[in-house]
Formats: sequence, structure tokens, C-alpha cells
Amino acid sequence: MTEVEAVIGLECHVELSTRTKMFCGCPNEFGGDPNTRVCPVCLGHPGSLPVPNRQAIEYTMKIALALGSEIARSSLFHRKNYFYPDMPKNYQISQYDLPIGTGGHLDIDVGGETRRIRMNRVHLEEDTGKTIHAGTTGRIAEADYALEDYNRAGVPLVEVVSEPDVRSPEEARAYLVELRALLEALDVSDVRMEEGSLRCDANVSVRTVGAEELGTKVEVKNMNSIRSVERAVRYEVERQREALDRGQALVQETRHWDEGRGVTSPLRSKEYAFDYRYFPEPDLPPVEPDEEWIEKLRAELPELPAERRRRFVEEYGLEPAMARLVGGAGSWADFFEEAVRLGADPRPAANWMTGDLAALLREHDVDLRSSKVTPAHVAEITALVSDGTISTTGAKQALAAVFADGRGVREVVEDEGLAQISDTSALGAIVEQVVADNPGPVEQFRGGKEGVIGFLVGQVMKASKGAANPQEAQRLLRERLTADPQAG
Amino acid sequence: MPVEIDVDHVARLARLALSEEERERFRLQLGLILEHAERVREVAAADVPPTAQPVPQKNVFRDDDAPWECLTQDEALAGAPEAEDGRFKVPRIVEGE
Amino acid sequence: MTELCDLPGHELGRRFRSGEASALDAVESCLRRIEAVDGRVKAFLERTDDAARRAARAVDERFGRGEDLPPAAGIPLALKDVLATKGIPTTCGSKILRTYVPPYDCTPWARLREDGAILLGKTNCDEFAMGSSTENSAYFPTRNPWNPDTVPGGSSGGSAAAVAAGEAVWALGTDTGGSVRQPGALCGVVALKPTYGLISRYGLIAFASSLDHVGTFTRDVRDCAALLSVIAGKDPLDATSLSTERRDYTADLDGGLDGLRIGVVRDWLGEGVEPGVKAAVESSIDRLASLGAHIGEASLPHTDYALSAYYLIAPAECSSNLARYDGVRYGHRTADATDVVEMNMRTRGEGFGDEVKRRIILGTYSLSAGYYDAYYGQAQKVRTLVIRDFAQAYERFDLLLGPTSPTTAFRLGEKAEDPLAMYLSDIFTIPSDLAGNPAISVPCGLDEKGLPVGLQLMGRHLDEATVLRAAHAFEQDLGFSARPPLLEEASA
Ligand SMILES: [Mg+2]
Ligand SMILES: [Zn+2]
Repeated sequence: MTEVEAVIGLECHVELSTRTKMFCGCPNEFGGDPNTRVCPVCLGHPGSLPVPNRQAIEYTMKIALALGSEIARSSLFHRKNYFYPDMPKNYQISQYDLPIGTGGHLDIDVGGETRRIRMNRVHLEEDTGKTIHAGTTGRIAEADYALEDYNRAGVPLVEVVSEPDVRSPEEARAYLVELRALLEALDVSDVRMEEGSLRCDANVSVRTVGAEELGTKVEVKNMNSIRSVERAVRYEVERQREALDRGQALVQETRHWDEGRGVTSPLRSKEYAFDYRYFPEPDLPPVEPDEEWIEKLRAELPELPAERRRRFVEEYGLEPAMARLVGGAGSWADFFEEAVRLGADPRPAANWMTGDLAALLREHDVDLRSSKVTPAHVAEITALVSDGTISTTGAKQALAAVFADGRGVREVVEDEGLAQISDTSALGAIVEQVVADNPGPVEQFRGGKEGVIGFLVGQVMKASKGAANPQEAQRLLRERLTADPQAG
Repeated sequence: MPVEIDVDHVARLARLALSEEERERFRLQLGLILEHAERVREVAAADVPPTAQPVPQKNVFRDDDAPWECLTQDEALAGAPEAEDGRFKVPRIVEGE
Repeated sequence: MTELCDLPGHELGRRFRSGEASALDAVESCLRRIEAVDGRVKAFLERTDDAARRAARAVDERFGRGEDLPPAAGIPLALKDVLATKGIPTTCGSKILRTYVPPYDCTPWARLREDGAILLGKTNCDEFAMGSSTENSAYFPTRNPWNPDTVPGGSSGGSAAAVAAGEAVWALGTDTGGSVRQPGALCGVVALKPTYGLISRYGLIAFASSLDHVGTFTRDVRDCAALLSVIAGKDPLDATSLSTERRDYTADLDGGLDGLRIGVVRDWLGEGVEPGVKAAVESSIDRLASLGAHIGEASLPHTDYALSAYYLIAPAECSSNLARYDGVRYGHRTADATDVVEMNMRTRGEGFGDEVKRRIILGTYSLSAGYYDAYYGQAQKVRTLVIRDFAQAYERFDLLLGPTSPTTAFRLGEKAEDPLAMYLSDIFTIPSDLAGNPAISVPCGLDEKGLPVGLQLMGRHLDEATVLRAAHAFEQDLGFSARPPLLEEASA
């Protein structure tokens, strides 16, 4: 069987989080009663005209700058002409040969090594409305009729297109994770794939390793999560590899990812879909940013995820892997730095976040932003652990309690009696009891079996319901067992 | 000489149902009109830049201010040939179209 | 005696303020004239009599309270049916929009209404403004008041005829290839197509976006300046509208012609131009000279290519602009189609007329795979050459002069079967649409058939003032007072 490699290009559509739509003053919000966020412009009424949203243009330029793309000194909107009932004008105002951004790259990290994915273009266009295929089965092919809601029509949409530099499903995932983090840091989109504010199509082909020319390109659509992109790409690469092994020729086509069945299937290719009859949008003058405007935007760029992770390693001494975990998404990095600012020990804080906190979030399926746990909580917990007020075990319980009801950590420690017992008298009594109850192990220790001390400390912890300070318990045990052999 | 146009193909692209008579007439008329129009090539030299707008402008934008007032659902659907549940109703969309 | 409906707006305004007449009197006078002649002229598609009367009473009350109202207050006007009017059917002379009622007003009408102008109704036009005779209306052809066997020109034939027949005092039309100036010339009224972008296109139902202009029809040049003053100026709803301040164009009308350099466009009085047109334009040139203008010869060498470029650019843009008429959101939908493609195709096949279909096919073809560079791209280069022609001419001249149309009004049906011949009647008006410079048509006499001839004066971008000043001086000196025979009968 021939050794083949996957050649993957990703085409992402990002809905910008502007207040109003791209070409009209209607609110840019998700959902709402059908056809209540529309006006003559976004309904394509005769005589209405588009006027571009400056904020959308600036967001697009920021995305391009963050990706290191070249900003066009003269960029044009074009009309992409094709008929579909979710498009009020039956043409989409998009960009063609003069996009706002060209070139650039996104560095992704796969299995500890960095790969550079080159960018093809960053362009701005308008979103379409939403179609419901109504009918008995719900399958498009068997629908009796369709219903159109134009609330989403005209929402600003940025298209970020990579070069075919992605080589595996894992890299595809890493690319999306990194792009999403970048967009989140720029604060230009909600980047919620479930709500469609971040959408991704993949162009997949395979070729024999080392071959220069690309294989037959297949466009895969309809993935609604990063995970489904990874799955769809994995499936498609395998499908193509097997086809080649069986000596079958691949056809250039668009395929639909079926999340439920975990397969891609061909969409009947639209007869004249390829002929979009692009021409310059005569209703819109060109976008010609001068040096000053571009530099102003460049200066406004926030610290980007890659730099921030580098800083986490240097400034907070985090392991690169740990820095990647906390710095993966802007919200986590912000949470982490806030906790540190409030006095948390960086490394323990990172550990708590990516360990127990992450587990709780996953378990209850909430995201960090909407959870009851605050950076202040994490700061308190690390503080109480390091000054010995609570044990790691106590801390785990405290975090769980805080996660449940958002109470203050000290309050929880009080209420649940999680404070460690460190004062000698209280602990001494427990130690005496343990020595008395475990003559065997005590003898073994005295006989030189050092290891047994661990068991005895365990007993003390058990007897104290985890409240004992283990270091202190061990000190007292040794004292008791070595000081006076006769006793007991 | 007159330009040959595949009127069927173009009519499909334009989503325009034409009668047999219309197809034939347009084929002839458009052939002649295009023959006349093609004269633009005689003068459109490579060094001549195209003009999209008679009075050139650039960077005309809207501020992303508070949203304006939208149409109500009833106003939006007022002219709809068919509607259902606040949405515009259309015949089935054949897959891929 | 002349009736109120035959007076220019500025004279009506004077009488409103002196109390000699009321806005309601003016409206009733127009309505009586419409009743008397529109059965033959057929200028109106939709009338708003009651709303007009109500609006007139409101204006009269304000005059009564001694309010100082703008010049447009109380002036009865008509709008070409490609201009969107909220709550009033707007059909573009097409079956596909027979049921369409816009949810908003076009900016020019919004400004006029704001100033108290009164809407009498919507006027007939070639379907989606595609034509030069108003015979392409899906409803009925409009007749020329000067001779009902002839066309009023087009596509704004209804508006031109309405003003010529005294059915309205002012009217707005649209000019994409000459659709304001050519009917203005054929109907013997003053017609202005200003600089591209001076008047907002918001609510002008698009035919060819980069060529569409709103234009005016009036009795005289003073009214033209007054009307322009109301509707010109930057509109935030139109990204192609120019950032110009509102101004009063009537202020400097009386500067006269002295020292003005006027270039007569070479070859625009040659073959293809009717003798009657040639004679009237030539005597106009002598008149302008006698009024102190320096006359010279200018050339616009790419005029013929301009026509070719126009018939590539306009259909291409139209094929895209008219794609929205698909039977989904508004307008006509065919009965019981089984899927959406069939629905679109039959809806459009039933809803559009012959000329519109012809141009949609032409434009779709010229943009389709592989042809963009050969057609649209090349045509845009010719557009550059046409603009250069004008720029060079304006180095030597303040204004350029020629006939508005090579012919006077032609008979109905005369050119209906021959698109190319029909297209040729726009040969002198198309260059200014491609270049976007202002151009006016003023009546300059009658031909041997007793039909009006239009003199066209063209100026530099945004130099409407000079165009109006020259046209005003010419008009004052000529004192063109002939009236359509129809009106004598009507008032008799
Ligand atoms: Mg796109
Ligand atoms: Zn809108």
C-alpha cells in the first residue's frame, strides 16, 4: 500500500460581534423571533442600499494584523451572484481578488512541536439568513417546503482561509483551537461554534508522500464543533486513502459531514454553482486604509495567546505544557492572571485550575466564565494550603463546595471544619491512640522498618478525618516512638 | 460577425424561464448587440485603468452606533407571497441547490 | 387664461404667500387637468388625490398661521414609479412588482415631503427604467402631449409628460442612459441630470447602480434650481452619495453668459441627427453667442464607444440588481411550482417583460465565466476614456453643448421591434451618465412637425451652478412659450 499524506486547508467563517449588522443598522444579535431584526436593507427591498460598518472593517483588519497578513491599501467589495432563498438580494456582498488581508500565518502546537500554517486570505462578507427545511422526515431531500428567517442576514462575517498546510486531523484541531484563542483575545467574536459564530469547512486531499502536485480536492462542510472537524477530517482522509488503495479515482466534490453517523456523503453538486459572476459592488466605494489607520489598529492589538503563553513560562515559571493549558483560551489566561494578581502562587494556581477545577467544569459541563468559582477563590485556596491551614484533601473539598454555591473559601473551611489540626495537644492525643491501637506496626518500626511510619501517619489522618497536618503528625509519631522505647 | 450565445445556459443561470420564441429571438438580437458592443475592445488598451464609479470616493462608512428601529414581523412579511410561523415560505429546496 | 397647474412653482409659491392662491387651489387645478387629459396622455400609474388634498390643507393652515415655509411647500409633484414611496404602490412599470408596497420612502421624496411638497401620484415608465419611449411599461404606453401618436420618450416618459401637460408642476425621474433628459427634450420641459452622487439613490429602485441618477422635470430653470436645492446633498444611507452641503441653487442663476466658454461637440450635429433638431440647436448656438458666450468646437472622440460600453455595463449591473425579484419576499410568485428553482424561473419568466429579459440575459452572459474581462472589464476601461474626453474638453470650455436627442418624438411602435435603433436615441445622453457630469436639457424650439427640440448643456462635476446659470440666461432670452395643442383644447 502506497504511503500517502493528507493535505488539508481550512476555511473558517467568523461572525463579528458588532452592535449592528454589516450594511444596515439592525441589531447584530443571536436568535430572536424570526424576521424581527430586519429592515429594507437586509431584506433586500428594492431601492435599499448598503453602507459598511466601520467597526466590522476594523475588526477584520485586526484579525488580519494578528495573523501577520498584508493589509491591502485598496480593497474592494464584490458581488457573488447565485440564487438561494436565504440570500435576500440573490447575491452576497463579499470580497474577491482584493481582500482586506492576504498572506500571514498561524503557529500551532502539536505534540510539543510548533508547526507554521500559512494563511491565504482574510476577507469580509455578509452572512445569509437561516433556512428551515420543513417536512415529515426533516431530511433536506425529502422536505416538502422551506421557511426563511432573515434575522442573521447581513451579519458581518470574516472568512479566514489557510493554505493547504495542515497535515493531520490533530493539526486541524490544533489550528482551530489556536484560531479561536486568537479571536477570543482580539474580542471580535463570540467564537461559539454551537451558535454558528465560528464555522469551518475543510478542503481535504491526499497525495503520495513527497509528491509536489495536490490530489483531488474534496470540500467537507457542516461541522459544528472543533471535535467534529477533527472527526470529519479523519474520516475523509481515511476514505480517500482507501479509495486510492482500491485504485478508485476520487472526484472533486463537496461532501456533507453527518455527525450522527460519523460519515461524509456527497452533496448533489449544484449545476451552475461555480459560475458566481463576480463583479465590483457598484454601491460601495473601495476601502483604502492609510498608514496611520493601520498603525493605530496595530497598536490596539492585545497580547496574543502565543506571546502570553511564552510570558507565563518566563514570568510565572509554568511548564510549557501547563502554560498551554492555562493560556489556551483567553478566558482561562485572564482568570489565571487575576488569581495571581490576588496573591495566588502561580504554579499551584495553574495546577488547581487545570486539575480539580477543570474536572469540575467538565463534569458539570459549565464553562469557566459562567462558573461560581472566581480568581479570588483560587487565590485563597492556594494561600490556605501553603500556610498549612488546610490540607490538599481539605482544599479539594473546599473547591467542590465553592463550585457548588460560590461561598467564600474561609467560610467553607469554617462550616465544614476543614482546618488542619496542628496544635500538639490535640494531635498528641490522636497519636497516643494510634500507637496504642497498632502494636504490630509500632514494633516493626522500632525494629527498623522505617516505611511503616507512612501507615501510622495514614491512621492518624484517618482518625482525624483528614484534618491532621501530616508533617506535624509524623514529627509527633517519630518523637513518641524513638524518645521512650519503654513506654506503652 | 454576430456572437453565438447559449441562451439556455444563460437563462438557467439567470433563473429566467423563456419561451421557445423568446430564446430564438434573443439569440439573434443579443448576437447583434454584442457584435456592436465588442467594439469596446478596439480602444480598451491594457494601459487604460477601469472606472467603476464616475466620481471616485473611498472609505465611506457607518459608525457602529445603537441599532436603528427594525421592521415589525408583520411589516417584514407584508409583501410575502406565502408565510408561516413568522417566516417566508418557499417550495422545497432541492439538495445542493 | 393660464391655470394654476400651468404656472411654474416659484410663481405658485409667490401666490401662496400673497394669498392670491392656496396650495389646495393648485392641487385641485392639477387634479382637474389630470381628469381632462390623462385619459389620452396616460402619465399616471397611481394617483393619491385624497392624500394630496389633505397635505395641501395642512400646508395652507401653516401659511395661514403666517409660517415661513420652504419654496417647495404646496408645490404639486409627481414621482416616477421607480422611486420608493412608503405605503404607496411602487411597481417600476413591471408586472413582477404589481403588488409591491414599499415599507420606506426614497430620500429625495422624504426631503420634499419634509419641505411640504405635495405628491399627486406615481408616473408611468419603461419597465425598470429600461427603454427610451415608455412603451416598455407592463401597464400601458404614455403619450406625448404634443402629439398623442408619438412617444414622450423614456424611460421617465410619465413624469416628463405630466409636467408638459400641466398634470404636475414638478416631477422626478431617473436617468441611467438619458431617461430624464431625452423625455424632457421630447416633451418640451426643463430636465436636469445632476452629478452622480449629488442626489441620494436611496429608494431609487436600481437598474444600473453605477449609472443611475435621480433627475428633475420642471417648467423652467428657476424651478429646476429650486427643486435641486431640496433634494441635493449627502445622504448617510447612500455610500456613493457625495459629501456636499445643502445649498440654494437659485441664488446665482442671474450671472448671465458673459465670458462663458461653450464648446459645441463635434459630430453631434452630423448624420443621424434630424434636420429640425440640427436647425434648432444651431440657432441656439447663435443666440448663446449673441448673449456673450465664447463658442468653440470641442470633441468627445469616444462617443460611439460610450454607447457600446453602456450596453455592456448597464445590463451586467441590471442582471445582478434584478436577481432579488424571485417570488420569495415580495411581488409576483408563479402558481404551484414544485421546487424553488422552478418557482424562481417561472416567477421571473412571467413577471418580466421583453426588454428586461433581453438585458438580464445580455448582462448575465457578459459576466459569466470567462467573459468578464472581455466585456464588463473592457467597458469599464472605455468609461475611463470617456471621462478623459470630458476632462480634456473642460480644460478649454466651461460647458459643452449638443442636442439632447438626435430626433424629436417618434411614433409609437416605430422602434419597438429594433432594439439597436432604440438604443441609438440615447447616443448623446449616455456619455454624461458614464462620466457622471451634470447635464441639462432645455427646450430650444420646435421642429417642422411642431414637436419640441431639446438643447443639452453639460458641465464639470459638481458645477451645476454654471449649467443652471447658462440654461437660465438662454431660456430667458428665448422665451419659449409654445404649449402642447392638447392643452388649448383642455382649457377651451
Ligand atoms: Mg464565504
Ligand atoms: Zn437591516
